[in-house]
Amino acid sequence: MTTVTTLRARFGAATGNPFSGGAWRIPVRYGAVAGVTAVFVSLIGMVEAFSRREVIETAVSMDQVLLLVITGTAGYLAASRFAARGIGKSVIAATLSGVIATLFLLALLVLGDRINLRQVLLNASPSLYLELTFGKGLGTGAGLLALQIIAGAVGSGLIALLPPAPRRALLIGLTVVAGMGILHDLMSLTFQNWGPLSVLDTWLYSSTGLKVRGASALFLIFGGWSLLWAMKGPQIRERSKTLPLARSAARPVALLAALVLLAALPQILGLFLSEVLVLVGLAALMALGLNIVVGMAGLLDLGYVAFFAIGAYTMAILTSSELAFFGFNFWAALPLAILAGVVTGVLLGVPVLRMRGDYLAIVTLGFGEIVRLLVLSDALRPWLGGAQGIGRIPRPEIGSFEFVSSQQVYYLVLGGCVFAAFISWRLKGSRLGRAWLAIREDEDVAAAMGINRVYFKLLAFAAGAAFAAMSGAIAASRLGIIYPHSFSLLISINVLAIVIIGGMGNIPGVVIGAFALVGLPEILREFGDFRWLVYGAALVGMMLLRPAGLWPEAIRKRELTARPAGVPETPSTSPSAGDTS
Amino acid sequence: MALLEVRNLHVSYGQIAALHGVELEVNEREIVTLIGANGAGKTTTLNAISGLLRPDRGLVMLEGIDLSTLPPHQIVSRGVVQVPEGRHVFARLTVLENLEMGGFTVRGKAEIPRRIEQVFELFPRLRERRGQLAGTLSGGEQQMLAMGRGLMAGPKVLLLDEPSMGLAPVLVDTIFDTVRRLHSQGTTILLVEQNARMALQVADRGYVLQTGRVVLSGTAAELQAHDAVREAYLGVG
Repeated sequence: MTTVTTLRARFGAATGNPFSGGAWRIPVRYGAVAGVTAVFVSLIGMVEAFSRREVIETAVSMDQVLLLVITGTAGYLAASRFAARGIGKSVIAATLSGVIATLFLLALLVLGDRINLRQVLLNASPSLYLELTFGKGLGTGAGLLALQIIAGAVGSGLIALLPPAPRRALLIGLTVVAGMGILHDLMSLTFQNWGPLSVLDTWLYSSTGLKVRGASALFLIFGGWSLLWAMKGPQIRERSKTLPLARSAARPVALLAALVLLAALPQILGLFLSEVLVLVGLAALMALGLNIVVGMAGLLDLGYVAFFAIGAYTMAILTSSELAFFGFNFWAALPLAILAGVVTGVLLGVPVLRMRGDYLAIVTLGFGEIVRLLVLSDALRPWLGGAQGIGRIPRPEIGSFEFVSSQQVYYLVLGGCVFAAFISWRLKGSRLGRAWLAIREDEDVAAAMGINRVYFKLLAFAAGAAFAAMSGAIAASRLGIIYPHSFSLLISINVLAIVIIGGMGNIPGVVIGAFALVGLPEILREFGDFRWLVYGAALVGMMLLRPAGLWPEAIRKRELTARPAGVPETPSTSPSAGDTS
Repeated sequence: MALLEVRNLHVSYGQIAALHGVELEVNEREIVTLIGANGAGKTTTLNAISGLLRPDRGLVMLEGIDLSTLPPHQIVSRGVVQVPEGRHVFARLTVLENLEMGGFTVRGKAEIPRRIEQVFELFPRLRERRGQLAGTLSGGEQQMLAMGRGLMAGPKVLLLDEPSMGLAPVLVDTIFDTVRRLHSQGTTILLVEQNARMALQVADRGYVLQTGRVVLSGTAAELQAHDAVREAYLGVG
């Protein structure tokens, strides 16, 4: 069936008609998906909500960007599928997808004109129709809408047909302009709070969005930089390799620059973004720990929040003046909190040693719930605070310096993350890391190879729990008060998602994952619940497009690109002893 | 005293008894084969020796020391190494990484490259493919890799579980040639095989296992000539 279709498609191409024999279905399908998506985002109120925001002042509003991205993607994909058949046919394909997408929106307009959809679909309001038709009524307005969408699809199709370097430059330029426009409020605020950059703010932004000159400048700078790098980049890289000094100095210099930048970040970014960074950091710290358990050793743990809770509660019990049990300070309590994590990590590890996969996941899930219910219970209330939690947890301090604001706590979290990343990185390259790798890949063979499964599995649980407890302890003293409700199953799932989306087993991947899953929703907070819709769609899309994660571990990446048996990789004799990590 | 001695070995899976007092011994520099039908208990015996299964009763002695209560990793470091059935290689690791993993118990950094070199001499094919993912090797190559990986641990006794399983006839010959060469280099091997004909050709001695008991033993030549063996396992009427 499918071979017949492809044969027909090829035959159609040879005879000059790209749409004979089924090939036309491709752009139609893309157009239909884009059309349905466009109608969907209109009917859930996204278009209307976004219409009040401008990306470029008076010229482009955010709902237009939204619709253009949706239909443009269809045009882009349609054109790139037809790219091998020549420019003419590709443009026809892109146009076709645009037309189809338009039909769906027009159908919505016509239907809305005849029937009052609002009785069922709350957001099918008159202002939505007004927005879609540019306030011009069904006749002219619909024509303008069709023109805009088809032009967008064709334009995107043309971008798809460009050679790679200018195409990338164009896409980067457009993305930067759209991104800077969408994040206008946040960017303005950030630029303003940092002296020298406030000039930039007034130059780039008006009160409603990017100024035209700002948008053009951003587009030219970023697009041009990408183009320049595409032309000169290989040369520069080649030349820098021949300089012995540059080669040996590059790594330490880059590392130093990164550290200086990280240290300066809270001052540059201001309060809100520092808060976001603290949240990202705490999540990254947990994710680095879970990455050891799930990513390196392959033990699926769904009750990971338990160790976060144990770290937080140990910190609270030891330091809180409300309970007044011990009155430790933060630094004395931190090692004990981590130790509590390690001990419970081993305690959980022992009963689940013989379990694998789904069974392990269920038992750890139960463990997470047990811990949450214990801290919630009335019986333990005198010691653990019950549903009211524990308050008056003192802030960390060094001498007279107290970590209070997010800009200060940031350094504590950064320290924790650097520590955890360094430990993870050293562990991964060690004998321990190899043992975990073997257990993850095939537990039985690992045993046959002389690897002590019990010992190494317990170590993985302990190491993972240590980082989570550390994260919990910092979180507790940052907030000053903890509640049982802060330690729900959702946290375990979020952290697991960070590890998977970021790239299981890979340390920088996990940090990127924390930024993507914790940082982005915070930054896009102004868009209310719509961000969760985009977030969900992005997760699904991610797993389809990059199943191994944003920045996958080398081993997982190569599995997905592995050749079939008997076909040697080129060149098959290349020595590749150390290319695993 | 034999290098490896198994005395009165009883193993059960839950309520179901699989081995009823198996007795066998393997002398130094010998190839001994364990033959028998499906479900006779061949693989169970090997798994009990290597510690993957815990025996109910009985002794597994290496150089006179009982191993039967030790966990698998300690049995490996004492020199009893099993090459698992069905070519369990680490599919996502390269050939070289698989071999390095095989040397996990080896102490001393210089020793591992030396042993890898020995494995490559034994299996030149693996040298050619050292950078390739083990999962993309052919069945025969994977078997070579599994054996090479077992050798990396420097075994006193190598336990081979069905090395010819699922391989094309040509490859079966290659694998048995390798077993012969390992033997000529002085490796002691306990070989479990369904292919009794080939097994008895390379082995010095053999045991015939039936429903969890050793029913017959002798030199390979004796077994090859034995009427019941010929009929049941060699397909000669």
